[in-house]
Amino acid sequence: MSGLTERVIKVNVVRAAALYAALIVVAWCALFPMLWALSGSLKKEAGVSEPTLLPAHPQWSNYGLVFALMPFWRMLLNTMLYAGCVTVGQVFFCSLAGYAFARLPFRGRDTLFLLYLATLMVPLTVTVIPQFILMRTFGWTDTPWAMIIPGLFGTYLMRQFFLTLPTDLEEAAILDGCSPWQVYWRIMLPHTKPAVMVLAVLTWVNVWNDFLWPLVMIQRKDIATLTLGLVWLQGQYVSRWPVLMAASILILLPLLGVYAFAQRAFLRGITVTGFGGR
Amino acid sequence: MASVSFEHATRRYPGTARPAVDDLDLTVDDGEFLVLVGPSGCGKSTALRMVAGLETVDSGRIRIGGRDVTDIDPKDRDTAMVFQNYALYPHMTVAQNMGFALKIAKMPRAQIRARVLDAARLLDLQPYLDRKPKDLSGGQRQRVAMGRAIVRHPQVFLMDEPLSNLDAKLRVETRNEIAALQRRLGATTVYVTHDQVEAMTMGDRVAVLRDGVLQQCAPPRALYRDPANVFVAGFIGSPAMNLFTLPIRDHSVALGDWVVAVPRDISDNAAEVIVGIRPEHFDVGGVGVEMEVDVVEELGADTYLYGRIIKSDSVISQPVVARAGWRDPPARGSRLHLRPEPDRVHFFAPDGRRLR
Repeated sequence: MSGLTERVIKVNVVRAAALYAALIVVAWCALFPMLWALSGSLKKEAGVSEPTLLPAHPQWSNYGLVFALMPFWRMLLNTMLYAGCVTVGQVFFCSLAGYAFARLPFRGRDTLFLLYLATLMVPLTVTVIPQFILMRTFGWTDTPWAMIIPGLFGTYLMRQFFLTLPTDLEEAAILDGCSPWQVYWRIMLPHTKPAVMVLAVLTWVNVWNDFLWPLVMIQRKDIATLTLGLVWLQGQYVSRWPVLMAASILILLPLLGVYAFAQRAFLRGITVTGFGGR
Repeated sequence: MASVSFEHATRRYPGTARPAVDDLDLTVDDGEFLVLVGPSGCGKSTALRMVAGLETVDSGRIRIGGRDVTDIDPKDRDTAMVFQNYALYPHMTVAQNMGFALKIAKMPRAQIRARVLDAARLLDLQPYLDRKPKDLSGGQRQRVAMGRAIVRHPQVFLMDEPLSNLDAKLRVETRNEIAALQRRLGATTVYVTHDQVEAMTMGDRVAVLRDGVLQQCAPPRALYRDPANVFVAGFIGSPAMNLFTLPIRDHSVALGDWVVAVPRDISDNAAEVIVGIRPEHFDVGGVGVEMEVDVVEELGADTYLYGRIIKSDSVISQPVVARAGWRDPPARGSRLHLRPEPDRVHFFAPDGRRLR
């Protein structure tokens, strides 16, 4: 083997080693809090701040306490119901509105779209009071409706995706006799699967993790979400960190499930739509 | 079937200086195959889309079978279109693609099936009816696009460069198939292409457009023999017609050392004339214009000679193209004489009008 090839191989090995080292550091930073929570959920209350990841005597009973101290299943059901309804609603209404903004010609369309974009820049903390008043006017506070109705972020994402689809398809459908609704429903929507997956997963995660809105809207335990349950746990048993961590881990599990299930489609969607994170 | 008329139809895109289609006045007869041809941006696709209703008509009217359809929805015009990229619905099978328009029109399922099968038989698509478009070759997709139009039994077929995505060999085959199919169905067809060979071989008549303006509409042979102006003369024919702008002296013009007599009625009224001679209308050898050969293009059946004209024994920068036989083509750098066939010399005015 010539000296040159050897040197090239050596450089490649060093480069790969450096790259992997960097990736491991980043992965560790991302994973460590999770591992810490997992480890904490198995520790005794007294030893929760000990700097070890593997407790000597894992306290599985902490998980049992979660179920004893909060109506976990009820809250899980509530959260899933809200997340499911909001996700379906988001996908439907946002794709419909996105299609209209992308393709249907109507007066003031682009101005309206800019206005809509502007509203996205207003943080929830600013609008939460007016929204609360609105919900109260409808008589929806402390009811599941308050959790299901508001929030339509995805219009922008769907519009951008519709813009990328070829106009030929639509024109062919128009000549085939489709009404605007049929063009949307039968021809265009089936092609938005990647964008729909991204929107669905983002919405699901968003609703699942949302805390502020349920906190404002909901007081009854029987319609509360998991995030509320977690906080109520904290309020009552402020010192029981292992139980809190066990609850956090349990709340996280279904999300991991969703992600594992939708991962492939989700990644494809992110690469196709160009919407990574937000 | 029905005729299609453009009556002073104009389409002006907002924010553009000149109309994409300018005062187009043209009638496609019932059952006729009309080809719209021209360089890109000449408005041929826009004109086609105006018939389909995909493009608004800013002034003038469009009639199909005598009925004014200018303000009628695309779906109510009874036209079917074949798109350049076929625009097949990727999530539907071939059969579903072909039957979709009928399904939207709420035709009974058995009837849809029968019509789809008929069209599939006509186009040799039976084995592919359950496949998705992505599992088909380019030629098959093209046929599905045709089938989708055929099943509807429309009054007018509109085709927007339907062969441009096929390779050269398949294009020639499909060209003949489409022409034969059109004759069998007797369907009024408007066909858009930028390819003059397609235009010449397929159309009953060919309409040449330039910058949105109709230049000439005539049967292919007439277009070739009697081009209405310099643009049509240069556009139809490959290689293009040689066009020489020459001053008139003593009722004749000089091409190199060779003198061509200009008819009196032209020479009396002009100081300059554009002389047009097709490469295939030169006799190579003997007397005539002298040229020096720069490039020899052997195509097998024909040989094209690209070179420059010689005047007083020195090469001038006037380029010229001539066709030679396939036997013993002249070598590069050689000098030879070209004699134009006298009754095949065209004369145009400096503004492009045909004089003779």
